[in-house]
Amino acid sequence: MSNLRIGTDEWVAQHEERLASQSPLNKLFARIPLWAKWGSFFVIAFVFGAFSDNQYLLRVGVNLALFLMLSYGLNIVVGYAGILDLGYVAFYGFGAYGYALLSSEQLGQHWPTYITVPFITILTAILGYLISLPSRRLFGDYLAIVTLFFGQVFVQLVLASDNITFPWADDYVDITAGSNGIPGLDTFNFFGFIFDDIKDYYWLLMVSVLILTIAIHRVSATRIGRAWRTVREDALVSEVMGVSVNRVKTIAFVAGATIAGFAGTIFAGMQTSVFINGFDLPLMIMIYAAVILGGSGSLAGALIGATIMTILPELLRVPNYGAILFFVALTLTFFVISKKFNRFLIYVALIILIGFAFQLAMKAIGVTQANAEDWMVGLTGDLLKNWLFVPENRILWGNFAFILLLTLIAFFSIAKPIWKQVLLPFIGFTAIFLWEVRLIADVSTTRQLIIGAMLVVLMILRPQGLFGQTRVEIL
Amino acid sequence: MDYLGQQLINGLTLGGVYALIALGYTLVYGVLQILNFAHGDVYMIGAFLGFFAMTWLGGPLAPTVPIALMLLVMFLIAMMGTGLLGIVIERFAYRPLRNSTRIAPLISALGISILLQNGALLIFSPSIRTYDTSSYIPSTLGFSIGEITIDSVRLGVLVLSAVLMILLTKWVNGTQVGRAMRAIAYDKDAAVMMGIDVDRVIRWTFFVGAALAGAAGVMNGLLMRGVSSGMGLIPGLKGFTAAVIGGIGSVPGAMLGGLLLGVIESLAQGYLSTNFADTITFILLITFMLFRPNGILGRPMMVKV
Repeated sequence: MSNLRIGTDEWVAQHEERLASQSPLNKLFARIPLWAKWGSFFVIAFVFGAFSDNQYLLRVGVNLALFLMLSYGLNIVVGYAGILDLGYVAFYGFGAYGYALLSSEQLGQHWPTYITVPFITILTAILGYLISLPSRRLFGDYLAIVTLFFGQVFVQLVLASDNITFPWADDYVDITAGSNGIPGLDTFNFFGFIFDDIKDYYWLLMVSVLILTIAIHRVSATRIGRAWRTVREDALVSEVMGVSVNRVKTIAFVAGATIAGFAGTIFAGMQTSVFINGFDLPLMIMIYAAVILGGSGSLAGALIGATIMTILPELLRVPNYGAILFFVALTLTFFVISKKFNRFLIYVALIILIGFAFQLAMKAIGVTQANAEDWMVGLTGDLLKNWLFVPENRILWGNFAFILLLTLIAFFSIAKPIWKQVLLPFIGFTAIFLWEVRLIADVSTTRQLIIGAMLVVLMILRPQGLFGQTRVEIL
Repeated sequence: MDYLGQQLINGLTLGGVYALIALGYTLVYGVLQILNFAHGDVYMIGAFLGFFAMTWLGGPLAPTVPIALMLLVMFLIAMMGTGLLGIVIERFAYRPLRNSTRIAPLISALGISILLQNGALLIFSPSIRTYDTSSYIPSTLGFSIGEITIDSVRLGVLVLSAVLMILLTKWVNGTQVGRAMRAIAYDKDAAVMMGIDVDRVIRWTFFVGAALAGAAGVMNGLLMRGVSSGMGLIPGLKGFTAAVIGGIGSVPGAMLGGLLLGVIESLAQGYLSTNFADTITFILLITFMLFRPNGILGRPMMVKV
């Protein structure tokens, strides 16, 4: 920056330059008008809801909507207000369990839905307010720890409350049924309109999501929305500028909790059963992954993140889709890394060569080959069976390949450019080998592995998420 | 009285394991100010490495070497393995993020934790392995004072965790790397200007912290026997909690916090309610955090304008 003078802020002066250097993804996204982005999502969702009767797809849609609501809520707390709340999922669990207790034989209560849902949502809001009180005393990592404890307290309380002996009673009381969960909940029933089909929940959720989207979008532009962002960037400065930091933080916390509690009641009504495992740390990590992946502080980011986190596991569940997804992703990755088309072709040729060389080497040592029918899953297995040599003891070989792949990628990330070119075909081959031998058949583990790897890589390459804005970091 | 004594002994053994895990958190927080959430899974890997070392030496039923040597090898392999793992994690998940936002290393740590857990699930299969301690550590080595019995495994764990903690204190206070580590914790920029190789010191820190977690993993295997891929979560949380009670960043604090947490937990289990022991522990911690967030021995946190 040559034109910097005394009194010029470097960050402000570089504003135009930074805009110009934005990634093509952001530029492309910025060019589409706002209504079109959201309109397309909701039009697809509503048209689909109106014409489809596919139970499976409707269920995926319902999961997406629930996940989206949770991401919105967390986005307000973490993305806008910058409060690192690691116990957020407890509010979701509280909503679900609250609904379950008031609409099942567990306590013998069957409240009408139009009272239960608002009642539980308000209770969750109050709980959110109570838990937000510590956030006035604590900040940063310490707040993260305390909220993490709150989440754990919720889980432990629900687990332990199946067997409480009060001092004045002889017999024990069972409130939450502990790890057994509460089955047989009433479905939603608004003045006689019974939600007996998944489609009813789909519509309820989509309309809620639509209202929430508009509401959050509007709120983020108001005084309170701007206050959230200033508190996130620097609480001390915004306090000096006249923002009531405690009030602003509390509002964010309560808003997030309310959304989660509401989503929880719908979830419980739809599932007609609740289990505490569903409201523990793994779900928490998934919601965080969705918010961070899309870019924290961005509504569109929350949508994209939630979509990826819902659709990806479903795609992986069907071996053919999973395989196509894997090979497309692999090809794209290689294409991006190699930058030029002819270099990309060389890599592909090398990978094919390595495959044949591996086959020859294995046969030369005398390793027995596994039956193709044993390991082949889906489309790609059929295509690759003459090229890929799969040894008989494929679990063991798969384990070696897994460790080898991690080692190769680790080396790749720190190697000199010339070595990177040498390593790349080997990484490609090991990845294909591992995929066909182990991963394709073990969906749940694969999904988790992919999410884990995605988080680490994303943090290294693009810590602000796919659609997030780079932020000023105070050193 | 005897019951109390027995609970105290149990609590101290448990606390020793927690303290070793807590030390890893506290050392890393001291130099980098990040919460290493993958630490619990490093501990899990340590337990598995110990188990495989045991199997490699013939297993508990048909050992090919004397028992003492077998235990030594188990601990050495677990500690070396997890130590190296710690270095690798630092190099690939934390070093690229050293100048990034506060939340980035946290998320990256969550990612590593998912990777380690599911990698272990993939490689070691979901079945639970058992250490089968009773068949190779003779129970006669323990002793009893009055009605309180200390069996040999508990005694060994107590002694070993004490030895490791003493060694660590010596390392932090006496060696050049330890001094450099304290200097970085105090003021990183100044340390760089004094010619301290920050990368090397951080590598050492991760190695030592992870190796202690590995030792804790083997100890837990010896105490509780079962080893599985999801076992790191709760002890990881507890060890982290212990580090926080003691004052995160403070080495004696982590030891104190670990022992205290172990004792509180076993007292809550013994006297109040087995069901609500974890709830009580966590509520105590929340209250504690509200009134003294920097822990018992921690330095007060300062906000710079």
